[in-house]
Amino acid sequence: MSEDLLNIEINGQPLQARRGAMIIEAADAAGIQIPRFCYHKKLSVAANCRMCLVEVEKAPKPLPACATPVADGMKVRTRSALARDGQRSVMEFLLINHPLDCPICDQGGECELQDVAMGFGGDISRFQERKRVVKDKDIGPLIATDMTRCIHCTRCVRFGEEIAGVRELGATGRGEDMEIGTFVEKSVDSELSGNVIDLCPVGALTSKPFRYSARSWEMVQRSTIAAHDAVGSNLHVHVRRNRVMRVVPRENEDVNETWISDRDRFSYEGLYSEDRLSAPAIKRGGSWADVDWDVALDFAANGIRRVVAERGAQQLGALASPNSTLEELCLLQKLLRGMGSSNVDHRLRQADFSDQDVAPLFPWLGQSIADLELLDAVLLVGADVRKEQPLINNRLRKAALRGAGIMVVNALEPNFNYPTEAAMIVPPGDMPGVLAGIAKALGVRGGKRDKLLESAQVEPAHEAIAERLKNAGRASVLVGAFATSHPQAADLRALAGLICEAADAALGYLPAGANGAGAWLAGALPHRGPAGQMLADAGADAQAMMHDGLAGYVLLGVEPELDCWDSAAASNSLREADFVVALTAYRTSEMDEYADVLLPVSLFAETSGTFVNAEGRWQSFEAVAAPVGDARPGWRVLRVLGNLLDLEGFVYTDSQQIRDELKDKVGEARADNNAAWREPSRLDGKRSGLTRIGDVPVYAVDPVVRRGKALQGTRDACDARLGLNATVAAKLGLQQGDRARVTQEGGEVVLEVELDTRVPDDCVHVRAGVPGSVGLGPCIGEIKISKA
Amino acid sequence: MSEATGRKSDSLSAHAREEIDRWLERYPSDQRQSAVLAALQEVQHENGGFLTRELMDGVADYIGMPEIAVYEVASFYSMFELKPVGRHSISVCTNISCMLCGSDDILEYIEKKLGIKLGESTADGKFFLKKEEECLAACRSAPMMQVDHVYYEDLTPAKVDEILDKLE
Repeated sequence: MSEDLLNIEINGQPLQARRGAMIIEAADAAGIQIPRFCYHKKLSVAANCRMCLVEVEKAPKPLPACATPVADGMKVRTRSALARDGQRSVMEFLLINHPLDCPICDQGGECELQDVAMGFGGDISRFQERKRVVKDKDIGPLIATDMTRCIHCTRCVRFGEEIAGVRELGATGRGEDMEIGTFVEKSVDSELSGNVIDLCPVGALTSKPFRYSARSWEMVQRSTIAAHDAVGSNLHVHVRRNRVMRVVPRENEDVNETWISDRDRFSYEGLYSEDRLSAPAIKRGGSWADVDWDVALDFAANGIRRVVAERGAQQLGALASPNSTLEELCLLQKLLRGMGSSNVDHRLRQADFSDQDVAPLFPWLGQSIADLELLDAVLLVGADVRKEQPLINNRLRKAALRGAGIMVVNALEPNFNYPTEAAMIVPPGDMPGVLAGIAKALGVRGGKRDKLLESAQVEPAHEAIAERLKNAGRASVLVGAFATSHPQAADLRALAGLICEAADAALGYLPAGANGAGAWLAGALPHRGPAGQMLADAGADAQAMMHDGLAGYVLLGVEPELDCWDSAAASNSLREADFVVALTAYRTSEMDEYADVLLPVSLFAETSGTFVNAEGRWQSFEAVAAPVGDARPGWRVLRVLGNLLDLEGFVYTDSQQIRDELKDKVGEARADNNAAWREPSRLDGKRSGLTRIGDVPVYAVDPVVRRGKALQGTRDACDARLGLNATVAAKLGLQQGDRARVTQEGGEVVLEVELDTRVPDDCVHVRAGVPGSVGLGPCIGEIKISKA
Repeated sequence: MSEATGRKSDSLSAHAREEIDRWLERYPSDQRQSAVLAALQEVQHENGGFLTRELMDGVADYIGMPEIAVYEVASFYSMFELKPVGRHSISVCTNISCMLCGSDDILEYIEKKLGIKLGESTADGKFFLKKEEECLAACRSAPMMQVDHVYYEDLTPAKVDEILDKLE
């Protein structure tokens, strides 16, 4: 590559730069500051602000460093009289229409314009005329606008087009009348929209929830890891007096680049929700009382002991959120196993566990996040990556724009922000059949497979997908949340495995929550201990625990009626249990009903811990803010419980010891998805009547997000409705806007009918994880509809 | 989200589609947005001289470009009107050559005659006096104006009367 390096000189400093690089890139790499507004390393070059003017030897006038490629022997001066004069003049022009009222601007103190004006501008303005005024726009609950401050750098416009993949903002009008906005009354709805707040070099686009609540110099910047998806975006948290004021990205090229999703950015509001549990509480004789930690912990320990003594250890179970830390999960399973029970699980939205014994060490992406960009063909099975893992979708989008074929098998067509080559949208019960068709087209055979695949129909579309996967240089099949919660998830995984084997593709899983991978490693599973240690006697899985009902439960960060596969079963089992300990950050009326003791635990940013992301990256973090009220980190609560129950191995002074102990056990072991699946057993799901498609909307995935006020005001935040296509609606005699009675396994709710062409025949769309569908049964399963 | 009935491009007439198709043929298939100017002109012409949001959204859908990108084009070029205007569009050139030859007087005469100011339409919806048109490249016979799509040159008040009075 050395022939591609050119020798240049900036400010007398000899440098090497890649051929084709712009002067500003070479200067940035060498730490030489050049002022800029419109240039951003992740966006295309616009060269419209002209702030980065520099002197280039032999050029008659200053040149924009962001749009001037380096040439061999080029001599650049960034602080010469010519360069400085150019920069000062541009600054004067930019300030003509910019208000000089920094004290009342939310960006004041952290404003690129302010900084650059201080460093490179003049000290007076010669402009005496009237400044222009631009009306503010309402572009939704996340981003506040102050459009008079806009300097038209168009970073936000380019971000929409190039990264978010939806052009929502634009520059309309011209000359003095040019404005950045949506032109029509419209909200900006991209799941990555908040990044324009960071990109905006002035105070035109700022964070609406954060607005006017703190100044940058009052806050301390601390680091943590995002707690909502398997990307594990690196975050900076801005904290004032131990309270999280806002969240911004921390650059990590391998994980989140310079971006974060809106969910990771705005969910912090959920930390300070009104229903936050601030003190331990116990239920005695049917009424609740706030008590000291000692009393509550004793009460909890005694209750657990009583369940084990009176009903047997097999009647005790634990359910944990996949957003819990590695350390919490590790101690939780230790506690349960110490009490003699292996009923512990984090796979709350899963129903088919039949292949768990052959599963890999932990289900992972099968490749690094960054490598997703290099794929040439991708088959997404039951995965709405754009909403589930927005930054994994961003990598796939880059691959797609490079020409990769993105193909989809799902029950509901996700809304992509890049072109897809094939989409097989079928009722959930037909998804295995589609994968079998693709496998058969790839020539999969041998042993039991022949018999199974004999019945598989190969359609031309299956052949096309098979062809594309096989002929791609790098291919991958990614199995997402919907496939994982499918009643035949094991068959889907198995068929995906066969396809990967035949097409020489990488099999990847998109783990649930922020720490689905970590939960496997920690042993928060009924059939495996920490580090994948095989157990002779498997306990009950999440589904069995909810369906069969146990006498005692320990809940960690879970709201079972919203977070479990079968909402009705979860609510019923908990209500009928003798004793329920909830380690929770919130107090809900449901908990008051089913729980016996509520232990307030810290949320993300308030606790130290570790998340393992989809690519198996262990990312540890410290607590960056004080827990609300009397809440304590979950690992500490579990440690004390372990001690109170006289269990061994609960002597830890900090969470790192727990992590290090586990890390030693895991050692160099790597997860291998490709060989880890059993043979598929059947292709056709049993089908009678209508099937519910119950996906979880992006802002309903966990208790914290559900309480993010601003996020809940966006268009992506949606409650349950009865979505069906016109054919199904006609059969049921329903029309748009009708009220319909929706029944599933004893649970019943009334929902509004919404015609939706995306829903396949024989199916209805009733979202899970939202208040409107609480009390219904399986999120994918039989459902009955009648007119209300 | 559920789709209401039909597509946004339904707002375009069959004739407009034909015209747009004709323009689309001239550009490579991966650069359909090149036809946006011609498409907007056609649609505006059919709509009595101005564009509506529905029509712009229709063009965006038909050509396959983001709606905001169509708004950008429509709001940038002065030949597109985004609000209802009079049937006959009058553009008096006030650029240097015309100004030196008395375009200001011509403009004042028209304003008085029609009882409207620049940028306004007459109450009967007959005339629209367009704001600040740039040089229309007829300097050799200044002052000039463009009425609808026709150039009128070497203007005098009498000539203006004759031109405007003839219009229906």
